[in-house]
Amino acid sequence: MSDGNVFLIIIALLPFAGALLPGLMIRAGRTACAGFTAIPTALALTMLIVLAPDVMRGEVIQYELQWLPQLGLSASFFLDGLGLLFAGMILGVGLLITLYARFYLSGEDPMGQFYTYLLLFQGAMLGIVLSDNILLLLIFWELTSLSSFLLIGYWKHLPEGRQGARMALAVTGAGGLAMIGGMLILGNIVGSYNLTDILTAGDQIKAHEWYMPALILILLGAFTKSAQFPFHFWLPHAMAAPTPVSAYLHSATMVKAGVFLMARMWPALAGTEAWFYIVASVGLITMVVGAVIALFKDDLKALLAFSTVSHLGLLTMLLGFGTDKAAIAAVFHIINHLTFKAALFMTAGIIDHEAHTRDIKRLGGLSALMPITAVIGTIAALSMAGIPLFNGFISKEKMLEEAAHTVWWDNPWIIGALATLGALFSVAYSLRFIFHVFGGPVRDYYPAKPHDPPFGMWAAPALLCVPVVIIGVMPHLAEPLVNIAAGAVTGVEQNAKLKLWHGLTPALYMSIIAVIGGAVLLWLHKPLDRAWIAAPRPEAKTIFDTVIAAIVALTRRLTDLLFTGEISRYLAIFVVASVALGAVAWSGAGLAAPDRAPLPVDPVVWVGWVLLIVATGAVVVMHRHRFRALVLIGIIGLMISSGFVFLSAPDLALTQISVETVTILLLLIALHFLPKETPVESSAVRRLRDGVIALVAGGGVAAVAYAFLQRNVETISDYHLANSYEGGGGTNVVNVILVDFRGYDTYGEIIVLGIAGLIIFAVMEALLDGPAGRRLRQMELSQDRSRDRHPLMMVVATRVMMPIALMVGIYIFLRGHNQPGGGFVAGLVVSIALLMQYMASGFAWTQNRQRIEYHTLIGWGVIIAGLTGAGAWLAGKPFLTSAFGYVHWPPIEEFELATAMLFDLGVFLAVLGAVMLMLYSLSRLARHAGETVNVEPMDYDPVVREDKREGEA
Amino acid sequence: MEMIVASAVGVLTAGGVYLVLRLRAFPVILGLAMLSYAVNVFLFAAGKLTTNLPPILSKYGEATYTDPLPQALVLTAIVISFGMTAVLVMVALASFLESDSDRINLGRSENAGLPVEPGQEEAQ
Repeated sequence: MSDGNVFLIIIALLPFAGALLPGLMIRAGRTACAGFTAIPTALALTMLIVLAPDVMRGEVIQYELQWLPQLGLSASFFLDGLGLLFAGMILGVGLLITLYARFYLSGEDPMGQFYTYLLLFQGAMLGIVLSDNILLLLIFWELTSLSSFLLIGYWKHLPEGRQGARMALAVTGAGGLAMIGGMLILGNIVGSYNLTDILTAGDQIKAHEWYMPALILILLGAFTKSAQFPFHFWLPHAMAAPTPVSAYLHSATMVKAGVFLMARMWPALAGTEAWFYIVASVGLITMVVGAVIALFKDDLKALLAFSTVSHLGLLTMLLGFGTDKAAIAAVFHIINHLTFKAALFMTAGIIDHEAHTRDIKRLGGLSALMPITAVIGTIAALSMAGIPLFNGFISKEKMLEEAAHTVWWDNPWIIGALATLGALFSVAYSLRFIFHVFGGPVRDYYPAKPHDPPFGMWAAPALLCVPVVIIGVMPHLAEPLVNIAAGAVTGVEQNAKLKLWHGLTPALYMSIIAVIGGAVLLWLHKPLDRAWIAAPRPEAKTIFDTVIAAIVALTRRLTDLLFTGEISRYLAIFVVASVALGAVAWSGAGLAAPDRAPLPVDPVVWVGWVLLIVATGAVVVMHRHRFRALVLIGIIGLMISSGFVFLSAPDLALTQISVETVTILLLLIALHFLPKETPVESSAVRRLRDGVIALVAGGGVAAVAYAFLQRNVETISDYHLANSYEGGGGTNVVNVILVDFRGYDTYGEIIVLGIAGLIIFAVMEALLDGPAGRRLRQMELSQDRSRDRHPLMMVVATRVMMPIALMVGIYIFLRGHNQPGGGFVAGLVVSIALLMQYMASGFAWTQNRQRIEYHTLIGWGVIIAGLTGAGAWLAGKPFLTSAFGYVHWPPIEEFELATAMLFDLGVFLAVLGAVMLMLYSLSRLARHAGETVNVEPMDYDPVVREDKREGEA
Repeated sequence: MEMIVASAVGVLTAGGVYLVLRLRAFPVILGLAMLSYAVNVFLFAAGKLTTNLPPILSKYGEATYTDPLPQALVLTAIVISFGMTAVLVMVALASFLESDSDRINLGRSENAGLPVEPGQEEAQ
């Protein structure tokens, strides 16, 4: 069932299991709660570190748990360089965030909930990066959308939080749906849902005609998740979340999921023109647009959000280039961006926490008031700007290098120029973060007096600044990890050298231009900002809200159109749609030629056919006279039963005719209370319309039936015929199928029937207690009724017939296994015998003589059938395996005893109980309606009158 | 014979569909009953139409049989469709008694039934 390293699945599942802890541990205090959140994360991280040396040697660790191999579903995980990088980021930053959030969240925030959501999210994210099966990946993908929804909307009292969460869910959820489509296409092309198979089938995929749809759908998923233009707008609104969430989801993990996916799918999808023009262009636009907007945002977190958008665009663009060097740059920048951006978000959170504002225009001069935070923030922001000696510089240099070499629509300089522009704005907003927040004079007034936070709060960002500087000074330390991850992206081993100094390359000049230009921009910020505010620009949230409102209005109109509360309309739509689908199917594939010899027609069949057609027509014409329609429908039932007899189906005929009887009785009782006539309400046009629909539907069904009957089909019945006697011990194959081969179905069916009986009983009980019961008591039901309600002849006849009918029932039951009959029919026959007593002598009289409750019968029936089935377990066989043997008692002929018989007894009891309970419940109405109760079995009893007369005399 | 069965199924379906599209509960129930006939016969016929070949194994050596599987399926279908009809009848009755109307369509306001005066409620 499974192979490979079991650590993998434990790593993937630990956060989910751990998610149970914080909710419980919050009772032990906030620190304990944070501690218990850290435990599963730390454990998973430890296991990852244990596995890391193998991965760094180039091994791919796999673990597979088969679930439904036929459908390609398995819980399979694998860990390669890319997975290791991301899993390490998710778990490592997760630990830091757990620490940071402990100090960030205030006493009023439900911390247990927060950590539970956080761990759920962490588990979903880990699942994405470790899954080896794309279906599994999709599940985790959706889970990140859901858990991030919970996290973004964590402050439920803030409307921005709720709206931001909804917007994020709508956008990423829609993208996720598109991606499901794309992944399924991909799986279809390759013939496997295993990522490892898909990644090696790149050429096959790219040559396939469905490559474009798959690519676009998957990219939609990736772009929405990674906030690429034009789907970038949700990310800034998601900043309403608490800052630990922003730092975790929106810098390190969730938004990188899209980038991860593009990197993961790189061998399968990248390298084509379509990939280059879509991915690189979208990335480039996102990078520039995000950077420009970021410069003019006054909210610290909004600035960081748009900067994240811009950096994600950068990564997307690099992956879009499709070259090995670009992939290396992308992987390297993923690491660098994670370190400085998470630190920056946490810094912003600290400032917000201490100064009670994130508005840059109300801040400034903080370096004097909170020096530690200022140092951390400055280091991280310098890295974001791409200043030498910080890690952001080196990866940005590599990006510019690649951009300078890339030709776009025969234009060799456009990408380089735009990338430089993006970098220039990036320098500008990074410097603004430093100079407008930390620099400048100390203000006289802040919403709260800023000071450095406790160690626990600045420890996490400070720790993140360590790699920022170390990699910035000694980039070769990151080489092994970058090479192994980039190797996993490209599928080819990479041996890149990371150096601080590359010589006088174009990238260096572009960097210098960017830094100088950025400084100038910052210097000009005031006039530019005024112009920006004055300039008209589209507001994404308004557009989004308008689109959503339009969709809601459209669906509402559609719903109003279709769902009017008129069930006839639904049924008409349903019938028309079914017929239309049938017509489509009919016109599609060619039908095989008829290969079944027609059965000759007996003259007597014509009689039955004519009767059936005439009766059907008569029911339709006369359906307004309800009694007449009921009589006519009885004719149809009789004809169907005779048809079954004629066409070699004795069991069906028996069942049909007894069901027919019971149904008519039931409808008669109902009709006693319902109006006797149906008034004319529908217009002639409507009747014509319905007639046309009915005729078309009938014609269609007839055509299908005729086509079906003319052709031979493969059947599994031969198996049943061959094994019925030897395996099931019966010669009536229909009965053996019911109680043995398909006993499970039958078992379910008697339960359904029993439930139907109980529903009727329960509805009646509720009905009689409610206003309908009062209405019933006022009903005038005595008209049109015979004086002799319980006639002598009928009473006597039913009394005589009762034992006979019971015996017939038992006979039918006993012989059912070998001859036509069985539990179903026997149950119906016996219930008819009992119903006749009700009809003859009335409800009250019969009810007084009833010993066993009908509910009990249903219950016993199901229990007996179930126990019989379970009895097979004692013999070590599966549920409902039957056993049988032959017994010889001297005076009687040798006969068979089979457990199937016992099962059939359960069927018998359940059918009997259900049918009786239904009719009994309905007849309780009459009692309620104030009908007089008969004490005597018949209205005119000659014996009683004789006595009376004698007494009088 | 095939034509006869097919046409019977078609006629039953047409009648059933027409009645199902009526506005009152009772014809709809009748229509559903007719549709069940049609469906059951159709399923049954999906096996193969045969005469004089019951699905009872012969004691006397080799013989040909009719297809028993559709018969077994239809047998339970008949019983279940009875259960369904019974529940529908109950629902129709209940809605008639509650609202004093056996219309099946909502949405059109109509007389919601006789108002019940408090004094009229009597002890059982």
